[in-house]
Amino acid sequence: MTDFKMPSLGADMEAGTLVEWRKKPGDLLQPGDIIAEVDTQKGLIEIEVFEGGILDKYLIEVGDKVPVGTPMASLRPEGTTGVPAKEVKEQVHPIQEKEKPEEAQATEHSEKVNIPSKEKLSEEKSFKDKPSEETSSEEKLSEEKHRIKISPLARTIAEKNRLDLSGITGTGEGGAIIKADVEKAMAAKKEEKHEETLEKKIEEQVPERPVKEQKTTEPAAAGISPQESIRKAVAAAMSLSNREIPHYYLEKRIDMLKALTWLKETNQQREISARLMPAVLFIKAVAKAIDSAPALNAVWENGLQLKNEINIGFVVSLRSGGILVPAIKNADLKSTDEIMISLNDIIPRARAMRLRSSELSESTITLTSLGENGADKVFGVIYPPQVAIVGFGSIIDEPVVQKGMLAFRPVVHVTLAGDHRATDGLTGSRFLEALNNHLQNPETL
Amino acid sequence: MSEMIKITYREALKAGIREALTNDERVFLMGEDVGRYGGAFAVSKGLLQEFGEDRVMDVPLSESGFVGAGIGASLAGMKPIVEVMTVNFGLLPMDQIVNNAATMLHMSGGQINVPVVIRMSCGIGKQLAAQHSHSWEPLFAHIPGLVVLSVGTHEDARGMLHTALEHPDPVIIFEYTSMLNREAEIPADAGPMDISLAKVRREGKDISIITYGIGVHKSMEAAEKLAEQGIDAEVIDLRVLRPLDEKCFLESVVKTHRALLVEEAWGSINVSSEVSARIMEKAFFDLDAPVKRLGGVEVPIPYPLHLENASVPQVDDIVNAVIKILRP
Repeated sequence: MTDFKMPSLGADMEAGTLVEWRKKPGDLLQPGDIIAEVDTQKGLIEIEVFEGGILDKYLIEVGDKVPVGTPMASLRPEGTTGVPAKEVKEQVHPIQEKEKPEEAQATEHSEKVNIPSKEKLSEEKSFKDKPSEETSSEEKLSEEKHRIKISPLARTIAEKNRLDLSGITGTGEGGAIIKADVEKAMAAKKEEKHEETLEKKIEEQVPERPVKEQKTTEPAAAGISPQESIRKAVAAAMSLSNREIPHYYLEKRIDMLKALTWLKETNQQREISARLMPAVLFIKAVAKAIDSAPALNAVWENGLQLKNEINIGFVVSLRSGGILVPAIKNADLKSTDEIMISLNDIIPRARAMRLRSSELSESTITLTSLGENGADKVFGVIYPPQVAIVGFGSIIDEPVVQKGMLAFRPVVHVTLAGDHRATDGLTGSRFLEALNNHLQNPETL
Repeated sequence: MSEMIKITYREALKAGIREALTNDERVFLMGEDVGRYGGAFAVSKGLLQEFGEDRVMDVPLSESGFVGAGIGASLAGMKPIVEVMTVNFGLLPMDQIVNNAATMLHMSGGQINVPVVIRMSCGIGKQLAAQHSHSWEPLFAHIPGLVVLSVGTHEDARGMLHTALEHPDPVIIFEYTSMLNREAEIPADAGPMDISLAKVRREGKDISIITYGIGVHKSMEAAEKLAEQGIDAEVIDLRVLRPLDEKCFLESVVKTHRALLVEEAWGSINVSSEVSARIMEKAFFDLDAPVKRLGGVEVPIPYPLHLENASVPQVDDIVNAVIKILRP
């Protein structure tokens, strides 16, 4: 039996309000299924499960506002029956919280904002952890599971393809993951992607239900407008970043003549809807440049933890103010066309504040691009726990010295803000140099 | 393809010696009972009559003495083939081999080569018991300055001696008692074989079985059995135990991603230990399963046939070990 907990969708998220259950007790859940919709500071988010199982029991009710980490539902492994009713009763529901003045204020506006106190939660935990043979053996198991057994060859292949190893079942000696398992997972991932894009296409054709539209314009939390709540979320994340991350900044001017010429030629042959924006080249070039500086594609959590997948958080400004940073997942493996499709999908959904939990929580590096007619340069603030943000200014004409002659060229000023705990200027410099090289060869992107 | 002839391992060895004696007057054969008796295993039968006492020389039962004499003869410009009846007596001339033959080039500042060739019969003979069944290739392969050959096929039995005699440094040749009566086909015009390379005896893509000596034909048989089960095993014959041709087996492992190392020598600190270590050092990231070894059981080789058979890897052991690696 495992608990499905309120996920954190970023360092800035503290709590979420359950708006709707999408699954019923008894439903079989596959990893990636959407179990619920939760209202957060970043709008209405579809929450996905990462572990399969059967939804056993709701632990909170619609309307409950609970802190990140609070069990929302219990899941049991497939093929087992439900727990005895007695045990279910012992699962404690969130209780009324009256001590914190901030939250108390919110309670006045809504009857259903229930927050379990920390003490109560820990009590609950210790109760559940009461010694029993089952839990201790389970703990042992999970400890063993923590280390992934994998053959050197399989690891090499997985790293090359930035494959996430959790979730792959090993068939080698002692359950070790071997080449065949990795190849199977890669094939499955490919199929999944294919299905995803199909689904998206279907979704695009079906107009969104009006009921849902209405919901999105509803206040995120009772009494607070979405603008205010987004502002609060940005404020929390950026304050944390500024407080904890020692930033270093680098800048490189990149000649965009080749890239723009290539883009123009490509777009001339395309339908308007399929035309590429410069941002697509930026995203792909950043993804490829990470190969030269993998330490930038990482998070800082008890030290530097490199990420295998390259998920580029793309900063989307909301018209009403504030920003959201949905991830373009596996950007290095996507073609420029696929990235354009992702952007077309994700930007409108971000603006409508309708993103999925994985899209908000899985970025491994952030990219901010000011687009046309904006400022010349942007120096980003790292979104924790990531360790780097790449900033693209507007593309502008500037005098450039070439072979001793003065010429005008379209250029973009690219900046990198790096976490100096994690990397040094040399790494960042290598990254910008690689980025430049990739943008000088747009046809290979 | 040239014409093939059927020949025993013993006949192949004899043909090699006969050719060497014929082609070069400096070559002579010396050893216990090699002359009048025709060799303990009848390898040199008839050679005394053909070449005379100066070329085929019986020596007293003193390995340290006559191996030392052989080394001296090679220093004096001769090309002796010294036969030590079996590796079981190989400890007696060990001092001559290690301290004289193997070190002379180094200690003379590169001035004096020792072009001696020492042949030893090796491995389980069939119920000869603990003191006469040793597989001591690893003891000799440990020593820098020696070239150590393992004759795992009839072609090599026919052709390795020629090339060994041309080598400027001491060469130890291990021949296998249990293979003497085995028949196999070799080209009628089979001649000199190189003594620097390992060989792929059977190509395959699923696993590399790396072996030498008696392990070669056992592994080949195992590979055939495995093929019936849809497993495509590659068999590598190391041939040269020092210096190892690592390029050959590393390339194979990079291709198959798995390795089983087979030999009859005792399991710990044997040739497979070295091969395994090199795979780990140089092909680690191409491994998809742990490298496994099948070696001799670490006991004095027993006399009773069933126990003797159980003390070294057999064909079925190889088959089972491969299946275990591929289908855990």
